[in-house]
Parts: sequence; C-alpha cells; structure tokens
Amino acid sequence: MSVAPVEIERPETGESPFAVTEPDVPWVTLVHNDPVNLMSYVTYVFQTYFGYSKDKARKLMLDVHHKGRATVSSGTREEMERDVQAMHGYGLWATLSQDR
Amino acid sequence: MAGHFEPLPGGGAAIALDELEISILRSLAVQLLELIGPEDGAAGAEGDDPLARLFAEGPSEPPSDPALARLFPDAYGAPGEEPDERAKAYAAEFRRFTENDLRARKREDGLAVVRSLDGLTPAGDRGAVLRLTPEASRQWLGTLNDLRLTIGARLEITDEDESEALFRLPDDDPRKPMVMAYLWLGGLQETLIETLGPR
Repeated sequence: MSVAPVEIERPETGESPFAVTEPDVPWVTLVHNDPVNLMSYVTYVFQTYFGYSKDKARKLMLDVHHKGRATVSSGTREEMERDVQAMHGYGLWATLSQDR
Repeated sequence: MAGHFEPLPGGGAAIALDELEISILRSLAVQLLELIGPEDGAAGAEGDDPLARLFAEGPSEPPSDPALARLFPDAYGAPGEEPDERAKAYAAEFRRFTENDLRARKREDGLAVVRSLDGLTPAGDRGAVLRLTPEASRQWLGTLNDLRLTIGARLEITDEDESEALFRLPDDDPRKPMVMAYLWLGGLQETLIETLGPR
C-alpha cells in the first residue's frame, strides 16, 4: 500500500519511521476522509490528542481532505492501536496498518 | 435557530437556547443514547457485578446499523476493500477489547448533554442560557460530532459533492427536517470549537 509522504513527528520519542533500526516494520495510524467531520474539528483533534502545532495539524487535515487519508502517527502496533482507539473516540475514521 | 456558542471568560462556553432548540437537542441526544444502547447491552447477562463487567468482552463483529458502524468502525483494513484474513482477525480482537469502553464514553458524554439541558429553566420567549465548563464543552463537542455522524449516516451522506444536493432540498422533501438539524448542529459544533481557541 502507499502512504501519503507526510512528515511524521511523535513528540514523545522524536523517532523518524524511516530510521528504524529494529527488525519490526513500523505501524502507522491512518485517518481517512469523510464528508461529515468538520475541517476545524479534525484540526482540533490532531492538536489536542497528538499535541501537534496548529500548522502541522492543519496540514494533516488538508492531506486527509484532499488525498483521502493521511498518516498521523507511527510506532509499535500497540501504540497505534491506542491512537486509533482515541481517534474513534473523537469520531474520526482511523485504521492502523503496517507501513511496508 | 441562529444561536451560537461564545467563549466564557476563564474558560468554558455559553449559548442562548430557546425552548424549541432545547427540546430538539434533548430529543436528538436521547435518540443517540438509545442507538448506543444501555450499559452491558452488548455484553449481556453480566448484571451488576462490577468485576464481571470489567472483564466482559465486547463484540467482535462490526455493527450492522450503518450509523453504529460509523461510530464504531473497524480498526484494520482499508476502507472500501475486502480485508484479508489477518486484518479481519486483528479487527475482531481490537473490537472485543475496545468497543465497550468506546460505547461507555459516548454514553457518558450524551448523558452529560441531556443533564445540562435538563438543568435549564427557559423563561418564556427569552429561553435560557446554557453555560458549559471546559469539561462539559468537551462532552458537548463529542456528542455534537456523534450526532452529526449519525444523521450523516441516516441521510447517506457519503460524498462531499452529493451532500451539496441534500442542502438544496425542496421544503416538502421528507428529509428536509433532518438536513436542517444536521446543518444547525454543524453551526453549533463549529462555534463551540472556536471557543476552545486561540490555538
């Protein structure tokens, strides 16, 4: 599968998904476009949950809107399940998948 | 129905609502609660035993109702594609361990909305002013979004271009009241988000 080439930051670790040294292939959280969620709400969720700056949150929101989806975080499967569960809690349409 | 949320000094938000608006919001929130279902609704005969409830597993299959399926989507698999066996198994496992919690949280938010509306005493034509703490604002934001997702699923809003046509329905179309509610809730949500800034 292909993933929109967005810059990924996890503030807690600062790891780049492209510099992983572990044998495990990283997982990613994808947020998918839907015609109901407000653009301002999606931006608010990315700021509130991930702690992203307004500019970064807005850029990710626009990627979701224009490209159909965006990678909003990356990490272990457990971490991504946590992020997906949080996104579902906010009503965003999110899935996790292995970034290969 | 032109009311909107305004920020309160020191945090939180306020909105003036008339009797009709209060009654529509309450009715929608109650319908959402009925859709989400009672506590232990999915887990079955666990009863009041808190320990049994703690270990009760949720469902492994996605809900058949399209609105519920949107509120509780699969965590694995690409939208619009048939998931492979691994994605199906992972999605079922994820659902078993998360859906009950997710339902509980949405139920709590919806109940908080109903309670805050029940605390209002509208005075004739002047209505009442609803004041929300920052925590209540968060619960309202969640419920407003869940309501819009639910109505969006009922109206079969699947495409941004198609939805444009819905917003130009003739007055005698049976879907018109639901579309009006959808647009109104969108305005409420948008202005509530604005009170949470500046960001």
